[in-house]
Amino acid sequence: MELDWKSMWEVFTVQIQRGSGKLILQGLKTTLIIAVLGLLIGIVIGTIIAVTRVVPRYKPLPKILNVTSSIYVGLFRGTPIVVQLLIGYFILMPLLNIKADGLNVAIVIFGLNSGAYVSEIMRSGIQSVDVGQLEAGRAVGLSYPVAMSKVVIPQAIKNILPTLGNEFIVLVKETSVVSFIAVMDLTKAFKNIGDKNYEYIVPYLLLALTYLVIVYFITLIIALLEKQMNKSNRKTGK
Amino acid sequence: MKKKKTENLINETSLLTVKNLYKSFGKVEVLKDISTTIDDGEKVAIIGPSGSGKSTFLRCLNCMEDPTSGQIIFEGVDIADFKVDINIHREKMGMVFQQFNLFNNLTVLKNITLAPYYLGKKRLRKAKIKNFFAKVSNAFINLGNKTKKEDKKKPLKEIKELKTFKELKKECEDDAYNLLDRIGLKEKAKDYPSTLSGGQKQRIAIVRALAMKPKVMLFDEPTSALDPEMVGEVLDLIKKLADDGMTMVIVTHEMGFAKEVATRILFMDEGRIAEEGTPQEIFENPKSERLKDFLSKVL
Repeated sequence: MELDWKSMWEVFTVQIQRGSGKLILQGLKTTLIIAVLGLLIGIVIGTIIAVTRVVPRYKPLPKILNVTSSIYVGLFRGTPIVVQLLIGYFILMPLLNIKADGLNVAIVIFGLNSGAYVSEIMRSGIQSVDVGQLEAGRAVGLSYPVAMSKVVIPQAIKNILPTLGNEFIVLVKETSVVSFIAVMDLTKAFKNIGDKNYEYIVPYLLLALTYLVIVYFITLIIALLEKQMNKSNRKTGK
Repeated sequence: MKKKKTENLINETSLLTVKNLYKSFGKVEVLKDISTTIDDGEKVAIIGPSGSGKSTFLRCLNCMEDPTSGQIIFEGVDIADFKVDINIHREKMGMVFQQFNLFNNLTVLKNITLAPYYLGKKRLRKAKIKNFFAKVSNAFINLGNKTKKEDKKKPLKEIKELKTFKELKKECEDDAYNLLDRIGLKEKAKDYPSTLSGGQKQRIAIVRALAMKPKVMLFDEPTSALDPEMVGEVLDLIKKLADDGMTMVIVTHEMGFAKEVATRILFMDEGRIAEEGTPQEIFENPKSERLKDFLSKVL
C-alpha cells in the first residue's frame, strides 16, 4: 500500500487550522489533570491505608481498618479501571443521586484506583525503614502518628520514589480510557480529528508521540528529584 | 486532660519501681517475676549472658515492649497501664539504642530539636486555646452577676510560659547547640547522620535524649555496635553524665565500665534477677555458681 504522507499531513493541518488544535490542548490538560490529581489522591489514600496496615495489631480500631482496607485494595486491584469508570459513572452516580461531570468521576476513580496500588508500594516503603527509627521517635515522647509522619514516612517516600514515579507513568497512560465516560482527553481529541476525514494515521502517530514526550518528561523530573534527595543525604546540608 | 484523671497516683518514694514484671513473646517467657526499685541518682548496670532478658527488661522500663503483666511505676504512675498516656512519661525517660537510631532524614540539629520543639509547640497551642476560652468565659462572667465575679473567674496561664513559636524554636536550638558544644560536635549541627562515625552518632543519640531533660536515662548496650576505638568516647560521655548525677540504667557487656560507674549491679539469668549488689559484692564476692561461671568467662 502506498501512503501519501504529504496529503495526509495536509488533511491534519487543515483540521488544526479549523480549531482542532484547541481540542488537543484541552485534551492534554484533561489528561494531565486526571493523572496528577489521581496520583495525589492516591498518595493520600495509599499512605493512610499503608499506615493502618503496619500499625500494631492489638488495638481494635486498626483491626477494623485493616479489614476495610484489604477489601478496598482487593476490589480496586481486582477489576479493570474501565469497569470501575463505567460502574462509577453509570451506576453509582445515578444511584447515589450525585450530579458530577465525567471529569470529576474520572479523577475520583483514578484516585481511588491508584490509592490501592500506592498503598502496597507505600507499605513496602514503610517496612523498608528500620524499626529502630520508629522506636527512637517513640522513645523521645512522640506519639505513633507523629513519629510516623515526621520520621518514618519521609524516609519511606525516599525509598519508593522510583516505584512511585513508575506508578505515575502508568497512571498517565491509563487515562486514555476515560473517553468511555465521555471525557475529552488527549486520546479522544486525536480520535475526533481522525473521525472528521476518516484519516487516522497522522493523528494516532502524533498521539503516541505526545504520550512518549509526556512520559519522557516525567522520567526526567523523577531522576532530578532522586538526585536532589540523595544529595541531601550525602553531603553537608544548608 | 481527660487522660490524667485515670492516672492513679501511687505512693512510691523511689523514682522507678518495677513490681512482678512478666513478659512473654508468644509462648516464650522472657521475663519472670522481676521486682526492683531504682532510686533517684542511682546508676544501675545490668549484666548477664545473652538471651537472659537484659534488653527486654530495659525496654519494658519505658514500655517499648508492653509488659505481659506487672507494674512499672514511674514518678508514682503505673505506666504499664494501657489507660495511661505513655508519651508524656516517655519524654522523661531518655533511651539510647545499640544501633544509635538517629533519624536519617534529619540533620543532627533537627534530630535533637524535633521532639522538644514539636511537643513544646503542642503544649503552647493547648495553653493558648485554653487561655482564649478562659478569657471568653471571664468576659461572660463580667457581664453577668457583679458581686460574685472574682471567685468565679477562671485563672489564665502565666504569660511567661506563653512564648511565640519562633522563640520556642530559638530556645530549642540554643539548647541543642549547648549540648552539642559539650560533646564537641557543634560544627556537625547541619550534617546528616550518614556522614558521621559510629561514636559521633552514639554521642549525638545521647544528646538527643538529654534534650528532653529526662529524669532517667536507659542505655541499651550503647557500645556494642561501635568500633573498639570509638567505645572510649561514648563511655566517657556516659561517665560524665553519671558524675553530673543523672539516674541511669545501663545494659552493658563492658564489665570494667560497669564496675567503675555503677552504684548497683543486677545480674540477670534466664529472665530473673539472679543476683544483685554493689559492684564490689558482685565482682569480688559472687555468691551463686551461675554468676561465678559467667564472670570467669567474661573477665
